Amino acid sequence: MPMDAGDALLLARAQFGLNIAFHILFPTLSIALAWFLLFFRVRYAQTGDPGWLATYRLWVKIFALTFAMGVVSGITMSFQFGTNWPGYMERVGNIAGPLLGYEVLTAFFLEATFLGVMLFGMDRVSTRVHILSAAMVAIGTTLSAFWILALNSWMQTPAGHVMDGNVLIAGDWVKVIFNPSFPYRLAHMLLASGLTASFFLAGLSAWRLLQAPQDAGALRTLRTGALVAAVLAPLQVLVGDLHGLNTLEHQPVKIAAMEAIWKTQKGAPLVLFAIPNELAGRNDYAIEIPKMASFILKHDLDAEIQGLDAFAPDVPPVAPVFFAFRAMVGVGMLMLAFAWVGSWILRRRAPRWLLWGFAAMTFSGWVATLAGWLVTEIGRQPWLVTGILRTAEAAGRVPEAALGASLAGYAFVYSVMLVAYVVVITHLAGEGEQK
Amino acid sequence: MNLDLPLIFAALMGAAILAYVVLDGYDLGVGMLMPAATDAEQDVMVASIGPFWDANETWLVLGVGILLIAFPMAHGQILGALYLPVAAMLTGLMLRGVSFELRMKAKGWHAELWNWLFWFGSFLASFAQGYMLGRYLTAFEPGIGAMLFSLVVGASLCGGYVLLGATWLILRTGGELQKKAVAWTKWGLLWVALGVALVSIGTPLASEIVRDKWFDFPRTLGLMVLPLATLAAWLWVWTRLGKSDWHPFAGAVAIFALAFAGLAYSVFPYIVLGGIDIWQAASHPSALKITLFGVVLVLPFLVGYTVFAYRVFRGKV
Repeated sequence: MPMDAGDALLLARAQFGLNIAFHILFPTLSIALAWFLLFFRVRYAQTGDPGWLATYRLWVKIFALTFAMGVVSGITMSFQFGTNWPGYMERVGNIAGPLLGYEVLTAFFLEATFLGVMLFGMDRVSTRVHILSAAMVAIGTTLSAFWILALNSWMQTPAGHVMDGNVLIAGDWVKVIFNPSFPYRLAHMLLASGLTASFFLAGLSAWRLLQAPQDAGALRTLRTGALVAAVLAPLQVLVGDLHGLNTLEHQPVKIAAMEAIWKTQKGAPLVLFAIPNELAGRNDYAIEIPKMASFILKHDLDAEIQGLDAFAPDVPPVAPVFFAFRAMVGVGMLMLAFAWVGSWILRRRAPRWLLWGFAAMTFSGWVATLAGWLVTEIGRQPWLVTGILRTAEAAGRVPEAALGASLAGYAFVYSVMLVAYVVVITHLAGEGEQK
Repeated sequence: MNLDLPLIFAALMGAAILAYVVLDGYDLGVGMLMPAATDAEQDVMVASIGPFWDANETWLVLGVGILLIAFPMAHGQILGALYLPVAAMLTGLMLRGVSFELRMKAKGWHAELWNWLFWFGSFLASFAQGYMLGRYLTAFEPGIGAMLFSLVVGASLCGGYVLLGATWLILRTGGELQKKAVAWTKWGLLWVALGVALVSIGTPLASEIVRDKWFDFPRTLGLMVLPLATLAAWLWVWTRLGKSDWHPFAGAVAIFALAFAGLAYSVFPYIVLGGIDIWQAASHPSALKITLFGVVLVLPFLVGYTVFAYRVFRGKV
């Protein structure tokens, strides 16, 4: 590959990666936040307790901002599919296109339209219609996750397609949508969303309590968030494990990169920490538990695990996958511990150290989600669609200068937006419910 | 059943883009009019578009989505050639959308900053869209003439959106603000008249394909219906100002629909002017069929709840 083509590919990937990484933050929050809002709204209707209404009113403001951030950054994606990856649409557009189309048709309009009623229509429609609107927003956000994960999973573990000349077409849409990794990935992502939103609610409520210890509404929200997290976190461990086993079956090279197993071996050790050395094809400074990887992955101490050497040269870069995986698991375990210990203590009291802890964990879900996303997307390289289309083949012909200039522009705008977002929600939450 | 799927999708895409231009057009127009209003009026103006802007912007995703799904080759070519103006438009839309939320939550000079960014984002997105249309009509040719023409289209579309925004405010507001909106509408009308005239003279000069389509007697005589109807709609808006709340908006929408019909006639059956036509650019029939199935299934609901949302928020702000 000539040098300049490589640079253009890198720029195209950097730009698309930046956009997706920025975008994914907001749907991850808003999918589950929409269900929390529905819960607050229904509780208010059931009890007539104005406290629930105040809680709803505060979080619907934060939701509106989060949703808007997701919408505006999502529009960028619909343009960049074609501009940054024309080869992708040429080869697999007949499958990717309809899945994206169903997302727009069934999800985007539903959530965006009912969001208007949900935000501004409380005094104009009946309680029942207002609750219905909140439910439609929640269903819409979840449906969009369904379609986008169907597409993402299909790219990871393609199924149900047939060749038509040089391009792919769908042979069986049910197999395309319900491809082998889809159920695991969807469950993993929805739980990730639930955990992200739970810690977000709990963290911002803890932040409020640090300033106003008597705020009963904030304490109730903190308890709700911590409790939901305590339920979802162990489920996520279970689903994550199943997802890993599914990956071992369908994308074993990704597992080899996650665990930094360079050579195929029986009784492979679990690498707790190491510096993967790509050039030498080995781990430096490794701390390992003998035979543990074989046991975790195959439930047999002496089972053979395929190493990266079995798949060369089509292997992903090891270090980012290895470290991102450890970051995801590490943060996830911290969330599990926090949710359990936190909700146990919160039954009776809310000590300040715990409030500080929850406040510090406000965005822990974002960190874990981004790390997990890096694992699965970098772990798929050099493929864009596993075994079918290479990332390099899909890249476009946009001049480097245009890519570079727009990348800088997006990076600037996103930084401003992210800072403004965090400042504003922290401020809103800090002010609390009373108004 | 033998359907001409590419033709159906070209029509659907046209409908989605027209819906976007009209719906987000009034949002963006209201945004561009912000500096001309007082602080209190600005809050009313923003409230008039509050429940709708998210959904309005979704029509853009649908329009571009259909381009991507049904005509992927054209999606890459067109948007690749328009890369920087697209980036500018997206930046504008992002600034507009985020400022919309943040201006309500900020205080002091922060609020002023977000107000300014709301205006700037609306303007940048509108201008970039017009500029893109100009580049599209000149088949992305380099050169100073094509560039100038595109700048004129950019400025004209801003005028069109101001007209839509001002007539929307006549429909949705009352009192002093409505009186101001009537004055803005007059400016918008003059701006649009100039813009439409310039673009109508410029387009056949800039594009041979369009020229041949326009001056193809005796069809040209039939085609004269479009400018005449546009003139009638223009006069109707002007004469109904101050007499009806909703006629000016309806007239502005009619002007847009007529201009859009003219564009569609000029370009069809090309999707990249002088390059590929809609049948060459189309996806595989299997992809089009499954998508059409979804459209037919979902569209009635989509229209239904959109009408419902507009009914919920009918009347004055």
